[in-house]
Amino acid sequence: MFVVFTHFADWLTYQLLGLDSASNIGQSLHFFIEDTSKIFVLLFVLIYVIALLRASLNVEKVRDYLQGKNRFVGYVFGSVFGAVTPFCSCSSIPLFLGFVSARIPIGVTMAFLLTSPLINEIAIVLLGSLLGLKFTVLYVALGLSLGIVGGFVLDLCKAERWLIPALAARYQQQGEVELSHFSEDKALTLNDRHEFAKNETLTILKRIWKWVFIGVGIGAFIHGMVPAAWFEENLAHGQWWTVPVATFIAIPIYTNATAIVPIMGSLLAKGMPLGTTLAFCMSAVAASIPEFTMLKQVMTWRLLALIFIYLLIAISIVGWVFNIINVLG
Amino acid sequence: MKKVTVYGTGCKSCNETAKQIETFSAANNIDVEIIKEKDLMAIMDAGIMTTPGVAIDGTVVHTGSIPSDAELQKYFA
Repeated sequence: MFVVFTHFADWLTYQLLGLDSASNIGQSLHFFIEDTSKIFVLLFVLIYVIALLRASLNVEKVRDYLQGKNRFVGYVFGSVFGAVTPFCSCSSIPLFLGFVSARIPIGVTMAFLLTSPLINEIAIVLLGSLLGLKFTVLYVALGLSLGIVGGFVLDLCKAERWLIPALAARYQQQGEVELSHFSEDKALTLNDRHEFAKNETLTILKRIWKWVFIGVGIGAFIHGMVPAAWFEENLAHGQWWTVPVATFIAIPIYTNATAIVPIMGSLLAKGMPLGTTLAFCMSAVAASIPEFTMLKQVMTWRLLALIFIYLLIAISIVGWVFNIINVLG
Repeated sequence: MKKVTVYGTGCKSCNETAKQIETFSAANNIDVEIIKEKDLMAIMDAGIMTTPGVAIDGTVVHTGSIPSDAELQKYFA
């Protein structure tokens, strides 16, 4: 089914533009055209279909559902909800506050926030089409685990102590919690769903199209221009320290799943070890300096440092484990 | 005179929401006073979890997106 995009890229690169299929530039451009055309068609169709299905899900429902749940159930559901709810990092703070004021444990809220950027329908479309089903399942499982374990660890450290004082006081308040429910719960007609899905598709595509170009552009550059020998010499041996170093460098980087997946594909194709690649890419997506700056409004340095250290250790472990499996397998 | 509060941390959609309401009210001869609320605690107290949020005379009517003209028509009716 995807072969049509290869033909399209063949035609455009080699026939219309007359580039040599053996040249670096020809290969890079072919890769770029094939991937971007495929990705945009898939995104357009899948964002619409998924939005149609989840039109009635909103964060208030998630909050109500998580409130008062057993902590351990909470981590799992928090993380799963993080994966299925659409999410833009500019709303992470109001959402965080909404959860805290409903006295949902910090760990459950953080499980939601950690998984949210890692997994969404866009990441899944890209992974599925560029790296295959097995890899997609692996990535989703790791993304969920990172959130679930993170939530557990933060609660274990009693992370609520390190919220900003005004918020910590709110969290510890006694008495009934009053939750706002202004959005009326009406059954959605098919037409409502279509309207929602149409808006959602346009909004999301408008937000991410440039990321697709950036990601595939860098991926295409690596694919066509960087010789495999360079990777072989510098990165392919999976020395143990490359994993934490890659993670440490990537955590502050601001990017998102849309841009990173095509890059991940190219790195793997060039022979970079699976664990190192995963560590680099997941930590680039999971957090960033802008994200930490935003969280600083509601958290103290101690809590931010704790999150940073957790990500560094957890993602390094993921990297090491997969490098070992890679070597053994 | 209706008092409209636009809740948001200063993102692009929040500013566009305020503009949208200004244009809409001017076109429909509705007398409004628009206040932009950026304080996080105030946003939390209003129970808004996805910004931008819109309240008319203290009642939250909309969250999570820039309201369309059709939606504003309903809120101001």
